[in-house]
Amino acid sequence: MSENLYKGSEIVCQALINEGVEVAFGIPGGAILPLYGTLNKYPEIKHILTRHEQGASHAADGYARTTGKVGVAFATSGPGSTNLITGLATAMMDSVPIVAITGQVGRAAIGTDAFQETDITGATLPVTKHNYLVMNAKDIGKTIHEAFYIARTGRPGPVLIDIPKDVFDEMSIYDYKKDSKVEILGYNTFEKIDESQLQDAAKLINNSKKPVILAGHGVIISKAQTKLLELAEKAQIPVVTTLLGISSFPEDHILFTGFPGMHGMAYASITLDEADLIIGIGSRFDDRIVGNAKRFGINSKKIHIDIDPAEIGKTIKIDAPIIGDVDTVLRLLNPKINTKTHPQWLKRVEHIKSEHPSLLIPETDRLLGQQVIKTLSDITKGQAIICTGVGQHQMWTAQHYKFINSNSWLSSGGLGTMGYEIPSAIGAQIGAPDKTIWSICGDGGFQMTIGELATVAENKLPIKYAILNNNHLGMITQWQDMFYDGERNSETYTGNPDFVKLAEAYGIKGMRVKDQNELSKAIIEANNHNGPVIIDFVIEKVDYVYPMIPAGQSVDQLIEENKSK
Amino acid sequence: MNKDTFSRRIIVALVKDNPGVLAAIVGVIRRRGINIASLAVGHSEKNQFSRMTFVVEGQEKSVANISSQLNKLIDVVEASDISDKNIVWRELALIKVSCNQSKRVELLELSKIFRVNVIDVGLNNITFEISGSDSKIDAFVELLEEFGIEELMRTGRIATLRGATKVGMKEGEFNSKHNSDIYLSKEGETGSV
Ligand SMILES: Cc1ncc(C[n+]2csc(CCOP(=O)(O)OP(=O)(O)O)c2C)c(N)n1
Repeated sequence: MSENLYKGSEIVCQALINEGVEVAFGIPGGAILPLYGTLNKYPEIKHILTRHEQGASHAADGYARTTGKVGVAFATSGPGSTNLITGLATAMMDSVPIVAITGQVGRAAIGTDAFQETDITGATLPVTKHNYLVMNAKDIGKTIHEAFYIARTGRPGPVLIDIPKDVFDEMSIYDYKKDSKVEILGYNTFEKIDESQLQDAAKLINNSKKPVILAGHGVIISKAQTKLLELAEKAQIPVVTTLLGISSFPEDHILFTGFPGMHGMAYASITLDEADLIIGIGSRFDDRIVGNAKRFGINSKKIHIDIDPAEIGKTIKIDAPIIGDVDTVLRLLNPKINTKTHPQWLKRVEHIKSEHPSLLIPETDRLLGQQVIKTLSDITKGQAIICTGVGQHQMWTAQHYKFINSNSWLSSGGLGTMGYEIPSAIGAQIGAPDKTIWSICGDGGFQMTIGELATVAENKLPIKYAILNNNHLGMITQWQDMFYDGERNSETYTGNPDFVKLAEAYGIKGMRVKDQNELSKAIIEANNHNGPVIIDFVIEKVDYVYPMIPAGQSVDQLIEENKSK
Repeated sequence: MNKDTFSRRIIVALVKDNPGVLAAIVGVIRRRGINIASLAVGHSEKNQFSRMTFVVEGQEKSVANISSQLNKLIDVVEASDISDKNIVWRELALIKVSCNQSKRVELLELSKIFRVNVIDVGLNNITFEISGSDSKIDAFVELLEEFGIEELMRTGRIATLRGATKVGMKEGEFNSKHNSDIYLSKEGETGSV
């Protein structure tokens, strides 16, 4: 054991390096300056200066989703830390591992309403998996290692560590042994899978005539795509994915049956409804899929595989739960599953698909969001990493982009955070420097974190931003028209900037597309451009996302397409 | 609130004695619109760990999920809904009653029947200490009401499982206690042991 004394800020850096951290996103400020003052000594950690702390938290999130590693964000006390909250809540809802380190006012000032003092551990309690206020430098190392362990194990999530300014400067020993195990009493990562649960589930699968798999984000988090494919092919089970389960199963596969729910494909929702067994894998049966919990899946038994026991039976009744990591569970479950064909059921599913094609793009000479996505999908051959904001463009992307590669879809599914589109792509591009990243943006969401374009330009990140510009908060217009008698208010953006000029102001290549026949050429040009691009796709002003199952309702109320068209 | 979906449950938890653990627990309960009817916290048999007993009331469905949600908190070693288990529990109350000399004998007689301790006697009041089931305390309180209760303080329940089983550190129980249809099998007010 070394008895060397280090400053708290040095311990932070060393502990981060020991956790394999290569990049941190953040903005300095008074309370965290001691840490920034130390960063230069540790070139292993690359710091990306964002323009807003929300950007830092979303970038850490994008980095974590693409790499599977823990994303790191730094912020100062008070407003710096509160600006992180939206990103932490986004990560919490979507089970993304992030460690956020915030500066706090000095220990003597805590509780005195000092300048830039916010009780950030109090404020982030409900949006973090866990958080810490570290009052002694000697606890920093242990806390950071515990935080990384908590963030990435079990059901992953964000962890915040709040460190008072003077603790960064306090001297202490830092005793780190590689391979030392973090032990937290009562913290269960559910590594042991219950054999009887496996058997019950296997029996249900082997006896079912009309099974369907509902694959969620857990499949991606657990890197269980291969095992999922194996299960589906072995027992010939159609697979639908949740919104965040997109890219957990190759969409060009014959068994792929779309995604169900509010804006999912009609055939996916109907297949789910007709099934006699729903196998939920790493999905949480959330309300945008379940709708009316009393009506959901009335024809089926349900298996639920999840690492979080609190998800079992939370929204709907489960017949056979299996608690555990999805990949581990499938490794044990698949050998118990009989090789099967279900020819009649698969024929029925094909029939449903042909009866409800769902994704027909209306014929028109105007430019539609759907066409942009479809063309992008064709040109990139479904191989790009795709980020989105929230709204119509997000749903059109989920519907019309044909995802071939696993884990290539980054979207705020749970919280529905507009403004995710610009910074998440920054994190994704830094995490996957060799991949082509397209971020599909709403003109609304784009303006929520627009300042991060400077971060893109500064770091020369070759991200392609496609704005589906309808001069509207499109999804709001849709809801107002459909559910509020067309009583529109505050849905139109009349003050949008010229996005091409804006791009140029940042030194980013700007392009504008107004016509269908310019579409392919522009996308190819942007895709081949060796640097960031912003394309302003001027699309149809008012258009609706279909199919749609209104909130809280069921497949019976599914609206397939716009009747007026 | 719809009566037949209303539920009252007893949760016991072994928790790390860290600052903020109570706030974290209360947050999990509060955000679901569940009321804490009583809450008792104190040191456990293990250094730096506390035991809590709380009685929660709310919609059947959210209340049934509470112990699972609490188990997700890192500082909660184990939380368990013991409403339907074989348990023993007690509550303590201090009751100050106004009482002049003429009533004193009558009150002291009553306290003997209930096996209640007298912990303070003043010129015009008398303070009792009673422990037992809440129905016993309720009954005693009701009797005292006509004498005039000046102050009533109740600790809320503390509860434990009968026999050798205890809540906390039994990793093996995690799976079984997260049985999926706990809330679907129950109707009406349960846990009123
Ligand atoms: C931060 C945030 N604020 C508000 C909302 C509510 N909301 C959901 S979709 C939407 C409109 C999105 O507009 P835009 O980004 O232009 O995308 P479009 O729907 O037009 O494709 C709004 C305001 C949200 N999801 N997130």
